[in-house]
Amino acid sequence: MTQWIDACAKDDVAEEDVIRFDHAGQTFAIYRSPDNKFYATDGLCTHEKIHLADGLVMDNIIECPKHNGRFDYTTGAAKGAPVCVNIKTYPVKLEGARVFINIA
Amino acid sequence: MSEHGIVIIGGGMAAARACINLRANDYEGSIILVSEENLLPYDRPPLSKASMVDEAAHEPVLLLDDGIVASLKVDVRLGKTVTTINRREKTISLDDGSKILYTKLLIATGAKPRKLNCPGGEFALTLRDHKDTVLLREKFQPGKKIVVIGGGFIGLELASSASKLGCIVSLVEAQPRILMRGVPEPIAKIVHDAHVAAGVTMIIGTGISHLTENAVHLTDGRVIEADTIIAGIGASPETKLASDAGLTIDNGIACNAQMQTSDPDIYAAGDCASFPHEHMGGKRIRLEAWRSAQEQAATAAANMLGGDKNHINVPWFWSDQYDLSLQIAGSAELGPNTITRVPSEGAIVLFHIADDGAIKGVSGIGLGNSIGRDVKIAEMLIAKNAKPSPEILADAAQPLKALLKG
Repeated sequence: MTQWIDACAKDDVAEEDVIRFDHAGQTFAIYRSPDNKFYATDGLCTHEKIHLADGLVMDNIIECPKHNGRFDYTTGAAKGAPVCVNIKTYPVKLEGARVFINIA
Repeated sequence: MSEHGIVIIGGGMAAARACINLRANDYEGSIILVSEENLLPYDRPPLSKASMVDEAAHEPVLLLDDGIVASLKVDVRLGKTVTTINRREKTISLDDGSKILYTKLLIATGAKPRKLNCPGGEFALTLRDHKDTVLLREKFQPGKKIVVIGGGFIGLELASSASKLGCIVSLVEAQPRILMRGVPEPIAKIVHDAHVAAGVTMIIGTGISHLTENAVHLTDGRVIEADTIIAGIGASPETKLASDAGLTIDNGIACNAQMQTSDPDIYAAGDCASFPHEHMGGKRIRLEAWRSAQEQAATAAANMLGGDKNHINVPWFWSDQYDLSLQIAGSAELGPNTITRVPSEGAIVLFHIADDGAIKGVSGIGLGNSIGRDVKIAEMLIAKNAKPSPEILADAAQPLKALLKG
């Protein structure tokens, strides 16, 4: 099953950066990598439920602004203390100037 | 006598991370962890904060739960006290009469709260572990009078929690302001004002004469009634085992930059350990900090397995009080020149710059997570010994990230 949601415009996200996207009571993080690809994960860190969109993107890593937990946002893999639980990722597609994520 | 392998004394963050890092470094031998507490290693930062005020966070967050212990194959001995380290035999003795052989030993015994040494000092409770939190939580009933002695992080976080729970809170600090150690004045002032706004009575620059069971007597003659008195006046490193064993002690168990003690087979990590730090001009430091305990354990684990990794991570710590979050990295002392950035309303980030233009420290405070990103970038600049453009640092319209590319 698919449920594609229009999350943002491509231009809303700077290169090597992240924004927050809320939809139907859920919060997501939308990333644009240094090589100009788009990715999406759950919006909250798996450690203490902090908004990852306030964190720093470096290459393919998002670092939580609270306690420095790290994830590879392209795969969701937890990348070091204190996080040990991977973060859920969502498929992304681009249509024109818009970024869609599949949250089904 | 038990089998041979790496033995860890302690049940906190450093001990837990050492187990994880030893296995991550492909160590397949035995790991024995001996802790005085009856709980598996758990996260301590929530003890003064979420574990107090949030019912959903009353239970300790285990750093090594049963599943992790099993998958890492750690032999955990809870509720056991180590009585001696015998370096000649390479054994430790426990209070149950057993002995354990070690090939390498990691001491991660942490720190213990300082006791008030004024008359009646025994009436003051302290916070270090989960059972302390359970006791304080029972005391923090709405309307109860709580007096916190000490304007450091533990004292301030407990004052914040007690205030949130509806207690009548006073905080006494003998120094001329709160957070004298390591926190710049403008940031301490924001914290101070937040406590005042929350209704905490801040008594600053006044010492304690003595305590009675239900009152704190100040040096200026004032008497503050208290249902509960708490002392948050710092912690001293748990060095007794190490000093009894003849290891060098210098503001903690003295290690080299590789977290190795004066005995090459014994390492130390976390609050109990001191070590020379490159980013502090080679000065010996001891950190009571959650992330540093993790990082020191990682360094020690790698080196116990034959590595030669120096511990160079930039010190970083945080505190949460009310809706404010504070983060500090590096050293404000080494950077006497201050550049101020205002990333959003109510948030400030101070960069501490040495005379040669190198950034040495950063201190930030703001609502929620408003300063985390800037502090992180500054930390990376400190690690690179960078001399960032003062104009960009001061101008919140210009992203700091550009400075990393330079």
